Amino acid sequence: MSLPYSKKVIELFLNPKNVGEIENPDGVATEGSPACGDMVTVYLKVDKESLKIVDVKFKSFGCASNIATASIVTEMVKGKTLEEAKNITWKEVVEEVGGLPPVKIHCSVLAVDALQAAIINYEEKMGIQKEKEPTDENLIRKRLRHVIDPNTGKEIIGSNVVKKIDVKDGVINIILDMDRDNQFANSIKEEIIEKLKYRWDIKEVNVNFER
Amino acid sequence: MEINKRIYLDNATTTRVDDEVIKEMELYYREIYGVPSSIFSHKDGLIAKESVEKVRDLISKKLNKKEGEIVFTSGGTEGNNLIIKGVAYKLQEKGKHIITSPIEHLSVLNVVKNLEREGFEVSYVPVDDYGFVKIDELKKLIKKDTILISIQHVNQEVGTIQNIEEIGKIAKENGVLFHTDSSLGFPYFDVDLEKMNIDFLTITPHKFHGPKGVGAVYIRDLNKIKPIMHGGYNEFNLRPGTENVPLIMGFGKAVEIFKKEDVSKIERLKKYLLAKIVKEIEDIRINSPTEKSHPGILNITFYYIEGESIVLRMDMLGVSLITGSACFSKSLEASHVLLAMGLTHEIAHGSIRFSLSKYNEKDEIDYVIESLKDTVKILRDLSPLKKEN
Repeated sequence: MSLPYSKKVIELFLNPKNVGEIENPDGVATEGSPACGDMVTVYLKVDKESLKIVDVKFKSFGCASNIATASIVTEMVKGKTLEEAKNITWKEVVEEVGGLPPVKIHCSVLAVDALQAAIINYEEKMGIQKEKEPTDENLIRKRLRHVIDPNTGKEIIGSNVVKKIDVKDGVINIILDMDRDNQFANSIKEEIIEKLKYRWDIKEVNVNFER
Repeated sequence: MEINKRIYLDNATTTRVDDEVIKEMELYYREIYGVPSSIFSHKDGLIAKESVEKVRDLISKKLNKKEGEIVFTSGGTEGNNLIIKGVAYKLQEKGKHIITSPIEHLSVLNVVKNLEREGFEVSYVPVDDYGFVKIDELKKLIKKDTILISIQHVNQEVGTIQNIEEIGKIAKENGVLFHTDSSLGFPYFDVDLEKMNIDFLTITPHKFHGPKGVGAVYIRDLNKIKPIMHGGYNEFNLRPGTENVPLIMGFGKAVEIFKKEDVSKIERLKKYLLAKIVKEIEDIRINSPTEKSHPGILNITFYYIEGESIVLRMDMLGVSLITGSACFSKSLEASHVLLAMGLTHEIAHGSIRFSLSKYNEKDEIDYVIESLKDTVKILRDLSPLKKEN
């Protein structure tokens, strides 16, 4: 029996591409995963005319899947426009590394989130900023598509783990269709809270389990 | 590297079975394969019974047992389940409060969590930053309806040895029953049931070169416990099921051949490993206590890097280790032991447990240090937390 990782994951873990820092980066962001404590920093160099990513580097305080997915994300976006890069999903990243065990899928989300955050950092610096959106059910659903259920390796909105979302006066109440004794219950709960508690108009996030 | 050349430093998980133990077990698989429950039917059963009783006597003697019984189980997890649930269900009329610590094995923590859902009340005695139970806090937690204190003997991740005698004394003074999970304690350390006031004890031989799938519990008073499995009338009517004679005999052999000299050897290797790591690798934190810790267990955090990455790279270099990192755990949560000790997620994230046995040698430790130095350097070069020099 071999390790639960694809050849590609092991190869990139042992010899990751685009490791390092960029001096005076145009965009930079660090994302951490409350699910496991991993952390990734992504640095971008952007061509102002074409809005293409001309250089990208990363550093990782993470596990093998984290290092491998961060490496592949940087390879995938090099030379792409910011708009193209924004459209990269964690599913594509997972495919590109030859798949990941369900419990490790969230590592790929972290790499993609760090990239997206670095792009937003660039846009904010350049004044390409958007207005503050209010936190409504739609926005919550969109955000929770970045939370993975490690039992299945699927995001919790599409796989109907989220039973109910209620948002009123800055308080979000979420009910999950899950047994509170599930081995990942606590990890999922923390990740959901982390994804929403820093919203400008949110005071409190409560996550409860149906069973 | 070939599998037989691998360096196994995961002996707190399980150990290689000693050849003498295998020889003993083989005899009971091939020749003496009757079971004790057949004593009234035939001689084969009688011989099996005599053999099993010899092991029971040997363990009783080692533990300085004066009263009560030794009951064979399928291992540490069953032992802890049997004692905690068995006592809780039997004594629930008297009280529903149980005290334990937050650094126990999951076969204690998940049992009390389940009892909580059934209406029992559980209190956790806090531990200090090296995993020692705060004795004063323990005293304060005892109430009128406290029925059981369950505190482990030796910790599975950092090796901390609790002051069992002191805890036993407090339990006795307050009229509360005391259970200790000594899965990593006995026989590395002397367990004296009388001196330590132990009412219930869990032990298992696979941590000291005996077989997996067998264990034993000590029970001072059979009237204070109820069976949790139902079936035939084996093992004092407390634990049904055909006696696993070969494994029990292997258990006995492992106890019989256990030598204190092996403990000294392991201790020397651990000291050597620790001194080398301290000398060769900077930015570390030693999570195991220097004094009062298991001679074979050493837990160290390598700052700025993640444990699964270390373990995976070391595995490719032929070394077996484990980490308290959340990435490595089956629940995606960092080691509950390190967190309960007040350590941060970052410290747990880069923690590695080295656990040694009598089969490890000094040249293996030298190889481990060299591999570790390279691994830590490579991963630190990748880390956003490690500042460039």
